[in-house]
Amino acid sequence: MAKAEFDVPELQEYVDVPEVEEGTMAHVKSFVVTKPEHNTDLGFPGELVEDWHDKALEKLDDLRGRYRSLQVFLDACVKCGSCTDKCQYFLSTKDPKNMPVGRQDLLRKVYRRYFTFAGKYFPKLVGAEDLTRETLDDWYNYYHQCSQCRRCSVFCPYGIDTAEISMAAREILDSIGYGQKYCNEIIAKVHKIGNNLGLPGPAIENTLEGLEEDMVDDFGVEVKFPLDVKGAEVLLVTPSADFFVEPHVDGLIGYGKVFHEAGISWTMSTTASEAGNFGMFIGSYENMRRVALRVREAALELGVKRIVFGECGHAWRVAYAFLNTLAGPFDFLDPDYPVPQHICEFTDDLIKEGRLNLDKSQNDDMVLTFHDSCNVARATRMGDKPGGQFEIPRNVIKAVCNNYVDMHQDTIGEKTFCCGGGGGLLTDDLMETRVNGAVPRMTALQNAMNEKGVTHMAAICAICKSQFTKVLPYFGMEMDQIVSVHQLVGNALILTTQKSEGDDEEQENDD
Amino acid sequence: MAIEVDGKSYEVDEEGYLVNLDDWVPGIANVMSAEDDLELGDEHWDIINFLREYYQEYQIAPAVRVLTKAVGKKLGKEKGNSKYLYALFPYGPGKQACRYAGLPKPTGCI
Repeated sequence: MAKAEFDVPELQEYVDVPEVEEGTMAHVKSFVVTKPEHNTDLGFPGELVEDWHDKALEKLDDLRGRYRSLQVFLDACVKCGSCTDKCQYFLSTKDPKNMPVGRQDLLRKVYRRYFTFAGKYFPKLVGAEDLTRETLDDWYNYYHQCSQCRRCSVFCPYGIDTAEISMAAREILDSIGYGQKYCNEIIAKVHKIGNNLGLPGPAIENTLEGLEEDMVDDFGVEVKFPLDVKGAEVLLVTPSADFFVEPHVDGLIGYGKVFHEAGISWTMSTTASEAGNFGMFIGSYENMRRVALRVREAALELGVKRIVFGECGHAWRVAYAFLNTLAGPFDFLDPDYPVPQHICEFTDDLIKEGRLNLDKSQNDDMVLTFHDSCNVARATRMGDKPGGQFEIPRNVIKAVCNNYVDMHQDTIGEKTFCCGGGGGLLTDDLMETRVNGAVPRMTALQNAMNEKGVTHMAAICAICKSQFTKVLPYFGMEMDQIVSVHQLVGNALILTTQKSEGDDEEQENDD
Repeated sequence: MAIEVDGKSYEVDEEGYLVNLDDWVPGIANVMSAEDDLELGDEHWDIINFLREYYQEYQIAPAVRVLTKAVGKKLGKEKGNSKYLYALFPYGPGKQACRYAGLPKPTGCI
C-alpha cells in the first residue's frame, strides 16, 4: 500500500501568508484512469488519444463557446492579487500554481496563445504559451488540487470562478482520455449500480434492516428506513456514504427519527440511492444530467409528492441550482414545498411548528461548532431568506444542543474554508494535498477548542465528514470529533412511544 | 503490479488491491499485512473472513455498522464498535481489511 510520506504542517496560532515556493506540489498526481471502461462508460476515450493536442484545443474552443462565463473568466483577470492568499491549498503548500490566479493561468496561457490576437502574434508580451505535454500534465496535477470550493471567487473583484475553470480543464482532459480514476470510476458506478459506492439494492436493504433492528433494540420503537415504497409522500435522496460509514450513518438515523416523529411517509430508492453528483466535479454536463435524471425517474416511479436531499454539499448545489434545468420540470410534485428541499429546512420547519419533542441535554457531553460546507455556503441557499444556508443548519443545531459557538468569522459563512477534500480530491492518492488543504480549518477548530472549549464540529456534507474523519488525527485530534447535524438531532429527539430507562427491568419483573 | 505469495505472482492495482477476487488465498493477506508491519491474529481473521462472506452474498463490503454489529454479536458488545476495528486495522477497517481480504477498494464519499 502506498503510504503517505510527507511533512504534516504544524498548526500555528493563525494561518500566515507564506512566501512563494515553486513546484512544491508538482509531484502530486492523482491516479489516472487505467481501466478504459472507467472512461468509456462516461462517453470519453479509453486512454489518452494520439492527437490530444488538437483535440484539447478543439474542446477548449467548444467550451468557451458553450459557456460564456468561461470566456469571460479567461479574459477578465487583471492580476490584482486579491485571490492569491485565499486558497487553502496555496496557504499551506506555498506552490504558486495552487494560487487561484496561478491555477487559472495554466489554462489562460493556452487560451491566449491560440484564441487571442495578441497571444497569436506577441505571445511573450501577454503570457501566452504553447500547449505542450508538460502543460497538459500541469493541468492534470493542479486542476486535481482544486476542490472547486469557490472561496477565491468571493474575493475576486470580477467574480472569476476558479471552480468553473477547473471544471472546464477537467472536461478537456476527459475529452482526450486523460481522466482521473477516482471521479470517473465513481461516476461509472452510479451509471451502472445507482450510487457512488456501488451498493447494490440487496446490500442497501440489508443495511437498512439492521438500522431498523437497532431502533427497536435501543428505543423500543419501530422507526422505519423504507426503501422503494410506492406512494410515499417524500423521496429522500442522500449520499450513499450515509449507508456506509460513520458519522454519516448517525445522520441517516437522525433523518429516520425525524420522519417517524413527524408522521410523514417517506422512502429512499435503490436506483436514486445517491445524492452526490460527481458529474459536476468533472465539468461534464452530459454526465451530470444522466446522474440527475435518476432522481426524476425514481420520483415518478414511486409517485412521491416531495423530494428531500440529505446532508451532502455538492449534491445540494446540483439540486438547488441545476436540478430543474437538468431533470425538470417537476410539475408532478406538491407545489406547496420547495423542489427540492434540504433536510435541514425540513427539520427546521418541524422544530418551528413544535412537532418535535427535543431534549437538548442529550448533547450536553459536547460543545459544538459548525463547519459551513463550501458548496452549500457559496452556491446555494436554504429557506426563503438570504443567508438561510448559514442560519438554518445553525438554528437546527441550537435547537438540539445547549452548547454551540462559531469558529472565527473569517473562516465561516461565505468565507468558509473548504474541508480540503471536496471537488473529487477525497482519495488516498491525494492525501498530501488533502492534509495541507485542511490546515486553515484545523487551525480555526483548534483555536475554538482552546479558547471556547469546543469538543465537536458538525457538518452537513458527506465529503467534509469523511475528510475530517481522516485528517483530524494528522493534527493530534480525534476522528470522532466530526459529527453529522442530524446525528445531534437524533440524539435529542425523544420518540413518542420511546421506552424510558428502567422499562426493561419492569417488564422482566412483570414476567 | 503484482505481489509474490508462496512463489506465485498475483496482480494488484496501483493502490495494492487484488485485481481478480477469485485469485485470493489466505497467504495474500499475510504478505500484505507484513508489508504494513502488522501481524494477523485470530481477531483479524474473523474480520477478513466476514468481509469475504458478506462480499460473496452482496457484491460489496459491509457497511461499518453492519460490520460492527456482526463483530459485537460474535465477540461481545464491547468490541462491536469502530474503535475496536481501527485498533485492529489502523488504516481503516473498510480499506485496509478489504485489501487483505482481496475485495475491491470501497470508494465514494468515504
